[in-house]
Amino acid sequence: MSIIVNELNYIYNPGTAMEVQALRDINLEIKDGEFIGIIGHTGSGKSTLIQHLNGLIRATSGGIFYNGADIYDEGYDLRTLRTKVGLVFQYPEHQLFETTVMADVSYGPKNQGLDEKEATLRAVGSLNAVHFPEKHFYDSPFELSGGQKRRVAIAGVLAMKPEVLILDEPTAGLDPQGRDEILEMVSNLRSTQHITVILVSHSMEDVARYVDRLIVMNGGGVMYDDTPQAVFAHYKELEEVGLMAPQVTYVMHALAEAGIPVRTGATTVAEAKDEILSVLC
Amino acid sequence: MLKDVTLGQYYPADSVIHRLDPRVKLAGTLLYLISLFLFQGPLALATATVFLILLITLSKVPFSYIVKGLRTIIIILIVTAAMNLFFTTGTVIVQFGIFKLTYEGIQMAILMMIRLVYLILGTSLMTLTTTPNQLTDGLEKGLRWMKKIGVPVHEIAMMMSIALRFIPILTEETDKIMKAQMARGADFQSGGLIKRAKAMIPLLVPLFVSAFRRANDLAMAMEARCYHGGDGRTKMKPLRYTAADRNAYLLLFSYFVAMIALSLLWTKVLGGGKLFF
Repeated sequence: MSIIVNELNYIYNPGTAMEVQALRDINLEIKDGEFIGIIGHTGSGKSTLIQHLNGLIRATSGGIFYNGADIYDEGYDLRTLRTKVGLVFQYPEHQLFETTVMADVSYGPKNQGLDEKEATLRAVGSLNAVHFPEKHFYDSPFELSGGQKRRVAIAGVLAMKPEVLILDEPTAGLDPQGRDEILEMVSNLRSTQHITVILVSHSMEDVARYVDRLIVMNGGGVMYDDTPQAVFAHYKELEEVGLMAPQVTYVMHALAEAGIPVRTGATTVAEAKDEILSVLC
Repeated sequence: MLKDVTLGQYYPADSVIHRLDPRVKLAGTLLYLISLFLFQGPLALATATVFLILLITLSKVPFSYIVKGLRTIIIILIVTAAMNLFFTTGTVIVQFGIFKLTYEGIQMAILMMIRLVYLILGTSLMTLTTTPNQLTDGLEKGLRWMKKIGVPVHEIAMMMSIALRFIPILTEETDKIMKAQMARGADFQSGGLIKRAKAMIPLLVPLFVSAFRRANDLAMAMEARCYHGGDGRTKMKPLRYTAADRNAYLLLFSYFVAMIALSLLWTKVLGGGKLFF
């Protein structure tokens, strides 16, 4: 059970003056139950890449295999694939359309062919899973706050019971508290529902805390693919491509340079605190 | 998905035509269109052809790219040709029931095809080499005199440029919404008419909500920057004629005179018919 990306290339507007190579020679294997962060500057190809994973964009060359089956095979059911690989886009405004939150979240299950009752059950389940307050279940989705809209959008995809959940910039435009809540919730979802989660972001701080594997994209290619600690060790190279390692990485490196024998691998404030205390005490 | 329409989409390049003042291109297109419907005889037709090829070459837009735009009107072309072929009275060649194929019909059909193709090529050459903003700027300045007779030229130009500016944004947004709903298992392609119309609701609602929100934001942003209409408003890039523009006008004028002269020469002196005989 995995997604394999093989020699993937994608070119926007081929053969015109506006030709852009958005992805070049991407090779990845995404295993079951992984928590992956994809990071990159605007235009690095991260959004284009995730839209390939559920077949919304067809690659110019190369292949994608889901659980061993080539998704570009003739007769492969892309609609079923999209319910297995759930993709939540950055702006919830792009998908909310129903009169009530409940109806909106049931849209996905209904497209899967489930009846009204079962779709509602799924909707309740996934709204609870994203900690959406019950008293707003029958409110209009357009009147919710940004953070709540995002929860509804995630629930809308979760209601289809995907095996892989891909979130494109789920924290963009949220305040720090809303951001932490969403990320905490996603992290819980992964452990309670046993799904693979891919988190796309341009904020290192966001992903460092949660993911166990970090893919850094630059100029349409994969620059690093490793644990967060190993990736952040390249903090100088990351800066050159316009990305910042978490602030604690800088603090730890500065301490090490000043002669304090700390290990520089800490990626979160809590880890850094423990490391510094263990050296000092 | 929605990006395949090339008819009249700006093609960025650095050419003499691209650099011309939009007013020259607007006036030139108008003059070219008039000349297409006035000319008579093969001499003038040849001149119009040479002129068009010259302009396309100068514009550095690939010929195949311009011709692709013709695909969208191919049905109109065929219908027009058929109408002219069978419904023109004159010397009958073959007759099928009420349909009569005449010499005059064949001539008219060829003539109309040429006119339509040249018309599309000529006008798309203008939009391919002029950004929408330049175009509305050119319209606004070129038609400024109409303000005296009470036409709100600035406001119309402003609305046009906003509308044009929003086309790519809304196209992109439509694409994103479609993808977001397809990720939730939406199906826009299969099913009967009613099912398909129903499938459009999840697409149209977010699109309208977003269009209204954008319009609101834009109005607010314009107001915050003290927009108060066209009176006393200056331009960041004011349109000024250069030597190249004057030469272009001169070239256009000579082309137009030549077209009239050649048409007259053909009909009056050589005694030819509308197209060939």
